Amino acid sequence: MTGAEILIESLKREGVEVMFGYPGGSVLPIFDKLYDVDIRFILVRHEQGAAHAADGYARATSKVGVCLATSGPGATNLTTGIANAYMDSIPIVAITGQVKTFLIGNDAFQEADITGVTRSITKHNYLVKDTKDLARIVREAFYIASTGRPGPVLIDIPVDVQQKDIEFIWPEEVEIRGYNPTCFGHPGQIKKAAKFISQSKKPIIYAGGGIISSGAHHELKTFAEKIGAPVTMTLMGLGGFPGTHPLSLGMLGMHGTAYANHAIMESDLIIAIGARFDDRVTGRLDAFAPNALIIHIDIDPSSISKNVKVDIPIVGDAKNILGQLLEEINKVPDTTDWLKTIESWKKKYPLTYKDNGKIKPQYVIEQIYEATRGEAIITTEVGQNQMWSCQWYKYTNPRTFISSGGLGTMGFGFPAAMGAKVGCPDKIVFDIAGDGSIQMNIQELATCVCNKIHVKVAILNNGYLGMVRQWQEMFYKKRYSFTTLYNPDFVKLAESYGAAGIRVTKKEDVRPAIEKAISTDNVVFIDFHIEPEENVYPMVPAGEAINRMIGGMA
Amino acid sequence: MRHTISVLVENKFGVLARIAGLFSARGYNIASLAVSETLDPTISYMTMVVEAEDERILEQIKKQLNKLIDVITITDFTKKEHVDRELALVKINYSTKDKIRLEGVLKNYMAKLIGHKGDTAIIEAVGEQAQIKQLLQELKPFGIKDLVRTGKIAVES
Repeated sequence: MTGAEILIESLKREGVEVMFGYPGGSVLPIFDKLYDVDIRFILVRHEQGAAHAADGYARATSKVGVCLATSGPGATNLTTGIANAYMDSIPIVAITGQVKTFLIGNDAFQEADITGVTRSITKHNYLVKDTKDLARIVREAFYIASTGRPGPVLIDIPVDVQQKDIEFIWPEEVEIRGYNPTCFGHPGQIKKAAKFISQSKKPIIYAGGGIISSGAHHELKTFAEKIGAPVTMTLMGLGGFPGTHPLSLGMLGMHGTAYANHAIMESDLIIAIGARFDDRVTGRLDAFAPNALIIHIDIDPSSISKNVKVDIPIVGDAKNILGQLLEEINKVPDTTDWLKTIESWKKKYPLTYKDNGKIKPQYVIEQIYEATRGEAIITTEVGQNQMWSCQWYKYTNPRTFISSGGLGTMGFGFPAAMGAKVGCPDKIVFDIAGDGSIQMNIQELATCVCNKIHVKVAILNNGYLGMVRQWQEMFYKKRYSFTTLYNPDFVKLAESYGAAGIRVTKKEDVRPAIEKAISTDNVVFIDFHIEPEENVYPMVPAGEAINRMIGGMA
Repeated sequence: MRHTISVLVENKFGVLARIAGLFSARGYNIASLAVSETLDPTISYMTMVVEAEDERILEQIKKQLNKLIDVITITDFTKKEHVDRELALVKINYSTKDKIRLEGVLKNYMAKLIGHKGDTAIIEAVGEQAQIKQLLQELKPFGIKDLVRTGKIAVES
């Protein structure tokens, strides 16, 4: 088989059903094979869209997402998507073409040292120098991407490696001596943690994306109910615990709920699971949860004691460790008073906004929530649209909220929605977007329309780069430096691609437009003209303690 | 504070770049780095001296190194008995009348004169970093023209 054939055969053996990508000179042998193979190939309009689509596909399905691009600019266009997947620990395999081996280093046409470029934004990467290594490398790449703390792996394949004809040998086993992720928690640590939990009076579970990537949502629910602890989630953790559950505190941190932030600050025990104490979560570190002991469960040892000092570190897979803890805990703490206090905070500081008869973005999201009965997959862009989506839609299932957490990539939501819809064709998929970020990958309208990927896009159009404008309003004396946008007519724009467009300028038209978008058998853009200077509240100013919130208090 | 650690890595192209890249991306400092082959041709041995303000940073450095797929094992010599050495080549000003004075200095060290040409001599010295440092002090009066050091190599004892 040629290298290209070996690649395709290896991808099939890894269970790849769909790939997102773009052709070019250095991947022609691969594309020639893709012409008559039963892997679905989705031709995007920009390689960044392919990387985000693979990412969205992986988040929605738990499978490894795959994207493919040519050498040089094709490869460099993938990098934002790769970095995005890296920051959020999403398993994707990015395949790039490379100039012929004997030209590498000669500044050949469309040459870029993509393994060099992506070294710090991949979990691992490979430059395949010999066709005989290709099958093994593909096997290793999928294994590395999907195990341990998941992440992106890039495989760079020179044209001559794709062309060379050799015997195909599939390695049944993967053996990487430097890579042995820990799966189960250390029994001694589990015992200690169980003791801490039994003795606590004000425990709180702080759940992150690790719950979702390890599939630990059932165990988390059982665990929280057993020990009677409230659960707050990071942005990445939303959906890992039902937002409708009485023990749910919603999201914590900079734009978290006031009751989640108060609860974590007042707690005597934080049980962090698959979360990494990011600065957007902790606020001012030296003021963070002053009275709490910390149990930190994470598959990545380097996440533990990186930002905060941890009392009981437990390295391993969240699902396994929660199972171990559930077995170990005999005596559950009495949290009745603690839950009463939290209930009073929930009553005193609910999420709120002022209804003035105009279209409020929070209202739009509430209506999307009701119209989809909380069962849609929601993707977001980055900024105010993202924070409102965290606050006003209650996610009850894992893998239904897809958002760029760590990297904060504007332009992520639309191609991610595309990938999610390809992976879950029976689900309603909504991208909640801003008028700024939707334009960062708007070219994927063509991809969605011609591949019948019927995602719905709710543009919260305020004519601003809203989050930056909010910071300028609050911290830069309302000097709106380059945050006012000139926008196209989004309805006409959608229509020009063959999609449907709806403009909504009155509050009473919000719900009917959402219903219409859902029932329309097409890609739909809904252009909601929202209150232009609406802010996201509550808000913790950067560098403040997270119970020092401003705004949004009832 | 400086710590000596050794790292066994896959002997593949790009591994050194991964390690150097990790240090620069995360803002850690390498004071010295020595790379060599081992008895197993698929494995390279790196000895590095790293600067870490506190235990937490040293722990992070080790954990981050361990995350690299091509890193096989890490040994931290901070709390381990070990032997370490560094090699230095020193060019000094020299004329034959300095011979006795120079020999007097060198005999206290694992150092020797390996040759001289014109008004320059080359000295080879092996030892712990402190010894090399001390020798350099003593060679200063001759006039040091050039200095090359390997960085530390270490092995558990």
